[in-house]
Amino acid sequence: MIEYFGQIFVLFGINVILASSLNVINGYCGLFSLGHAGFFAVGAYSSAAFTTLIAPEWTAQSPHLALLVSSLIAMGTAGIAGLAVGIPCLRLTGDYLAIATVGFGEIIRIVFLNMDVVGASRGMPGIPRLTTIPWVIVGAAFTLIILNNLIKSSFGRCIKSIREDEIAAQAMGVNVRFYKTFSFVVGSLFAGLAGSLFAHNQEFLHPSNFVFMISVSVLLMIVLGGLGSQKGAVLGAFIVTLLPELLRLNEFVSQIRMLVFGLIMILVMLVFPEGLLGLLKKGSLKNKFFKKAKNEPGFSGAPL
Amino acid sequence: MIFSELLQYLINGLSQGAVYALIALGYTMVYGILKMINFAHGEFYMFGAYMGFVGLSVLGLPFWAAIPFVIVTTGLLAVLVERFAYRPLRGANRIAPLITALGVSIVLLELMRVTAGAQPRAFPQALDNVTWELGETLGILQDVYVQRNQLVILGLSLFFMGILRFIVMKTPMGRAMRALSVDFDASRLMGVPINRVVAFTFFLGASLAGIAGIFVGMYYNQIEPYMGQLAGLKAFTAAVLGGIGSIPGAVLGAFTLGICEALVVGYGESSYRDAIAFGILIVMLMFRPWGLLGTPERVKV
Amino acid sequence: MSTPPKDKKPLLSVRDLTIRFGGLVAVNNLKLDVFDGELVGLIGPNGAGKTTCFNMLTGVYSPTSGQIVFAGRSIVGLGPHKISAAGAARTFQNIRLFKEMTVLENIMVSLHARRNYNLATALLRLPRFFSQEKVLRSEALNILGNLGLEARAETYAKNLPYGDQRKVEIARALATKPKLLLLDEPAAGMNPIETAQLSGFIQEIRKKFSLSVLLIEHDMSLVMKICERIYVLDYGELIAEGTPSQIKSNKRVIEAYLGGGGLEKLSQEKNTAGGAHA
Repeated sequence: MIEYFGQIFVLFGINVILASSLNVINGYCGLFSLGHAGFFAVGAYSSAAFTTLIAPEWTAQSPHLALLVSSLIAMGTAGIAGLAVGIPCLRLTGDYLAIATVGFGEIIRIVFLNMDVVGASRGMPGIPRLTTIPWVIVGAAFTLIILNNLIKSSFGRCIKSIREDEIAAQAMGVNVRFYKTFSFVVGSLFAGLAGSLFAHNQEFLHPSNFVFMISVSVLLMIVLGGLGSQKGAVLGAFIVTLLPELLRLNEFVSQIRMLVFGLIMILVMLVFPEGLLGLLKKGSLKNKFFKKAKNEPGFSGAPL
Repeated sequence: MIFSELLQYLINGLSQGAVYALIALGYTMVYGILKMINFAHGEFYMFGAYMGFVGLSVLGLPFWAAIPFVIVTTGLLAVLVERFAYRPLRGANRIAPLITALGVSIVLLELMRVTAGAQPRAFPQALDNVTWELGETLGILQDVYVQRNQLVILGLSLFFMGILRFIVMKTPMGRAMRALSVDFDASRLMGVPINRVVAFTFFLGASLAGIAGIFVGMYYNQIEPYMGQLAGLKAFTAAVLGGIGSIPGAVLGAFTLGICEALVVGYGESSYRDAIAFGILIVMLMFRPWGLLGTPERVKV
Repeated sequence: MSTPPKDKKPLLSVRDLTIRFGGLVAVNNLKLDVFDGELVGLIGPNGAGKTTCFNMLTGVYSPTSGQIVFAGRSIVGLGPHKISAAGAARTFQNIRLFKEMTVLENIMVSLHARRNYNLATALLRLPRFFSQEKVLRSEALNILGNLGLEARAETYAKNLPYGDQRKVEIARALATKPKLLLLDEPAAGMNPIETAQLSGFIQEIRKKFSLSVLLIEHDMSLVMKICERIYVLDYGELIAEGTPSQIKSNKRVIEAYLGGGGLEKLSQEKNTAGGAHA
């Protein structure tokens, strides 16, 4: 039983990292990226390749160090992937950007599906189970702190200005191309970290772990919590991690898990597009639970 | 003979292209008017295929009656989706309708999966499918085969595209659609009944996609809930290729894609067939996002 | 109202500037100069191409042909952020504030070039980060103070009243420490009292920050009062250039605006333009 909750917690931690990393690209920079699963995959496979294929004996000897090193490798490779996707996408706006990122995410998945060295369609077994709860906590905390420090700095302000008004940002001297690429790289870096933790928890990787629906799930996390909000990302990750488990309780309901996901997406957009935190911001709920007004920015709908 | 190979691929490509065109038209019309990519459009196609199954197998309708049945049911579904999921968000930012459309896509897909099962379902032979060898008939070419299905698909597709063109060019509703796609706000101020026109556009686009669904069911003799995913992506690529928002563009892009696919399968690796659409999509988005027939958008500052 | 020193080289020099959009020639062979410290106006009926000019000067559009020399270098074809770095800042006709950020943050974006700490320092929250952020903050507050906006520092830009939004637009441009300030209809939507305040304000900041100003405006009272020289555009062509008194009595200008009426009517045009903005 403890084992089960432990697993849920690990997944929650990984989702927190995924959600806050996507938040940098989608929430703070305002770029509609739907290919996050691709960066996740790059991190997962590259870190697994390290511990399984490149240095298995050393991994067995020093598991903690191995996790650390493979996570760094994961971040590096995922960051490069972020660069490779971000740069071509610089000229694209809104809808086109979304489609292009879906395309890239799928291409990455198909590449791994055809890559024999990591098992291709048979999957990659035998990954050592290095991820532990403490490590997940460290990873998630590290992510949240670094990203918070990023966003509450001059760099963060430049990134947000692009979301608000790209043209005005440029007129104020912000190098939009640089910061857009930067956002992609930062987002992909941490998705890679999540990938490493994921791979060393699952012990088995398969390209179906990284389908488009995964990107959608991560997007749902930050939309549910409130785009452009760290707290929202954590909240959204929590709900999205917990929901399938709750639904699993009922045999019938677990069948329609994805259906519920879809309905939630529609509902959130129709009823509270600013996410749960946005909902809390307005109305009596806020006065009930929070005494001091906290200016939590939500996504207002600046046109892309 | 090289020529007969080429001809065969062209024939296959044309009928495949016709199917893509029917779906692509829905994408392009909705985008032209609302500037929104209806991610759920592929699911209308899938729904149409299943409605075709219902019409033919369950209700026992003859082919010529199944088509209107598909048109009406799929069109109505689209009108409902637009009314309850998209209309409330009209004029909001660009992300909300995208996410909602994704949600609708998932909901439709899952509803069908739960209702009809995830396994592929056999689609009845709607018409007696005869395969002719052109060589026999015409006396010159050998090894070129045309299926009756292909002719029906191509012919009926062109027929429906012709009807669409008539509607768009010659009727008041069509005029309203064109007005909305040129300048939404001005049209609204001029008294164009927005809600009706948008609903009609969705109906049109979805019914065409539904027809494509029944055609595909007929051709491959099987349907499954996930069929809308890949087909939707390919049709979307076709629309982007031709110029999203442009009706002739969608048709041009669709036939081009269909023929390219057929050529790749014929001359190259058939396993790369699906990659063609992806490749074209990425290349177009990188270098010419406004498509072959479109014009680049000027940023108004 | 002094005459420009013709012997000195202009800060901004535009020659034969032309831009075509498809078949339409929006601006044709424009010649324009702004000398150091000048306050120059760019006027013309709606659709004359004034904002298009601004967009070319600030790199939003690429001209079809022509030269733009700013502070001794050619800036044709440079992107907006490079031109901003070169010292030309602008405001927008339709206010483009960063709505979901506070007024202070809006200003601090413009200060990003002078942040004086690197990414690592920010991520690791080294002491330098805090000290430099303080510097940036106080600089931003200073600029806001000059405009009487310090009280609004923590307000979200979207919550500001219209008049304050316009001021923050200007403050944000000023924060980039420009040599040339391009103001696109700063008085749009203002009543005569506010406009009068604005005219004093523009002259004040010009002196205080040692700027040159190029101004697009419809409100003739503002233009005539503070501009030292005026360029008049009509259908993309430069039809007149001179001092306010010269322009006031220029037949071509009068015709271009109304076909015969009086220049007093021009401030009515300002009201309609302002109404459209409010």
